[in-house]
Amino acid sequence: MRIDKRGVLTGTWNLSGNQACAEGALAAGCRFLSAYPIPPSIEVVERFTQRAKEVGAVFVQMEDEISVLAAVLGASWTGKKSMTVTSGPGFSNMMEHLGLGVMLETPCVIVDIQRAGPAIGIPTRVGQGDMMQARWGSHGDYEIIALSPSSPQEMFDFTIKAFNLSERYRVPVAVMSDAYVAHLKEKVVIPPAGKIKIKPRRYYKGRKDKYLPFKRDKDFVPRMVDIGAGYRFHVTGLTHDERGYPIMFEECQEHNVHPLVKKIRHYVDKIVEFQEVETDDAEVVIISYGATSRFALKAMEQARKSGMKVGSLKLITVWPFPDKRVAELAKKAKAFVVLEINYGQIVFEVERCSYGNANVAFVSHGEKGIDNIEDLLSTIEQVMKEKKVRKGIIEYRT
Amino acid sequence: MSPLKTIDSKIVHPMDNLLRMERIPHIWCPSCGIGLAVTAFTAALEKAKIDLNKVAIVSGIGCTGRVAGYTKLDSFHTTHGRPIAFGTGIKIGNPEIKVVVFSGDGDLIAIGGNHFIHAARRNIDMLVVCVNNFIYAMTGGQVAPTTPLAAYATTSPYGCVEPPFNIPYLADSSGAVYVARWTTLHIRRLTNSITEALNKRGFSVVEVISPCGMYYSRINKLGDGLDMMKFYHDNAEIRHGEDTKNLGIGFQTKIIVGKFVDRERPTYMDSYNKWLSEIKTEEKLRK
Repeated sequence: MRIDKRGVLTGTWNLSGNQACAEGALAAGCRFLSAYPIPPSIEVVERFTQRAKEVGAVFVQMEDEISVLAAVLGASWTGKKSMTVTSGPGFSNMMEHLGLGVMLETPCVIVDIQRAGPAIGIPTRVGQGDMMQARWGSHGDYEIIALSPSSPQEMFDFTIKAFNLSERYRVPVAVMSDAYVAHLKEKVVIPPAGKIKIKPRRYYKGRKDKYLPFKRDKDFVPRMVDIGAGYRFHVTGLTHDERGYPIMFEECQEHNVHPLVKKIRHYVDKIVEFQEVETDDAEVVIISYGATSRFALKAMEQARKSGMKVGSLKLITVWPFPDKRVAELAKKAKAFVVLEINYGQIVFEVERCSYGNANVAFVSHGEKGIDNIEDLLSTIEQVMKEKKVRKGIIEYRT
Repeated sequence: MSPLKTIDSKIVHPMDNLLRMERIPHIWCPSCGIGLAVTAFTAALEKAKIDLNKVAIVSGIGCTGRVAGYTKLDSFHTTHGRPIAFGTGIKIGNPEIKVVVFSGDGDLIAIGGNHFIHAARRNIDMLVVCVNNFIYAMTGGQVAPTTPLAAYATTSPYGCVEPPFNIPYLADSSGAVYVARWTTLHIRRLTNSITEALNKRGFSVVEVISPCGMYYSRINKLGDGLDMMKFYHDNAEIRHGEDTKNLGIGFQTKIIVGKFVDRERPTYMDSYNKWLSEIKTEEKLRK
């Protein structure tokens, strides 16, 4: 095995999504992983712990997912890039510290290998039911960044991207993968370390006694320091001022919490990423993310063969949602077909952003087998026949 | 602690360099004992002669949860019950840091009970100062897992029906290497215990029995803070090395204080590094 100092396993490998995720984390410089055993996320931990000793990384298995994310936040403040990996029930447990991570503006990455839910659901089967939870699951106001990989290669790439985004915006970043992609084995190309872009932490470099933990740059993001560097700073989960001291007035809520939202919303155009295929002349655009985007492309090809003008919009960042692009496409295309492995989550965002300019049809994927695209194809056919824009989300009986 | 000094004709309090003076006055009520626990802690920090830049203090939520906000160290005010988990991340992230968790009984033993026993089991090198005032004070005097049987609280109007946790016994049986208990009356002994625990490697617990004049003693008609201190004076008994299972506290019964556990056990990082070096030597030999 060729391993350089930064832990990059350069080469072409046959890896599962979970293994690729662990490699991506190590390549991004992640040196602290904490997790609680939960399928279908376990291979990430197994791979990471096997490789940990070679790169000086540490893993700690905590007593529950609540403490897992607490430990990740603590470790992040020591200057270590930190990550956790979990699935639905664990993700629910993490909601408490997702909020703390947002409030303390602590960079970290949370990988959620989604499985069927709610509650225990089917621990080994694919689902995409946590998408809204990632955005709204913790109490109070916040914005978050969530990426959705659709292949082992993207598990590698997006894990690195997630670390970079979390360091740039000082926000926990979620990688919303799913059991299908996590267990899929495919070719993964890991480039040499020099070819991988790593965003370093943005440190404060001024006088020690002048450090204010939450004084914002012009881009709304404060600078960090490490524990033990002699700054003797204070941070709190209470609404706080620039010094990190609690202030219990509404004005401070505006001063403190509004920038947490603004620092993401202001840069939406920079953060948002998606992939479009043949949307220029498309009458119907299939919107998908993660595992479903593989089947969206398959259906698109088949539909094109039979003469239907179908395009595909694959979301890379699900949060923030590409509002602008969906609104533009709604003016050009006749309809959207949203494909998700749940009973309707991101479809509500698509409906909101189409502003009544296009029909929005929903297909719940996976019930008839993960690679069965009959429902999708028949929905495309039926939505093409619609004469005018119907209100609400259309679900055809199939 | 050194006497008052004057620098540039300004009077400087000896605790100034350890407290965030711009945040004083603090939020604690008259007759509260948390301030005494903080005094003992800051005095111990000076006595222990450790590099203060390498100390991180983590607190949870509640009256005692505010301590981190007043101490001039790298200080974290986290979520309810989770300071030990947060501190575990700090300790493993950077083993050079001395982690102190300063929080209350409700925070550490109720909502954070699971983290408490597991950190003790792992023997994370960390000092836990648990201020026990027998009640949830910040939220207005609700019954706690440390409220003595039959004591009143706003949510136990007929007297507490649950037996309380015996914190030193819990810590001892979970694997803590240092366990002591003092009341806020025993300020000198408490300071010595915290000093000793700061220099101890491993999971150390110092329980501080503290008066809560606003809720616990008012609801139970026990007088104010001074009366509670008198009670401690008359009813606290020092018994070093006492078996921790005899340390339960009943309603207005004798409070046994002292140092109960002081032993050696490899810490989490000791075991981790030992395992790591063994694996590495094995691999070298194989080559």
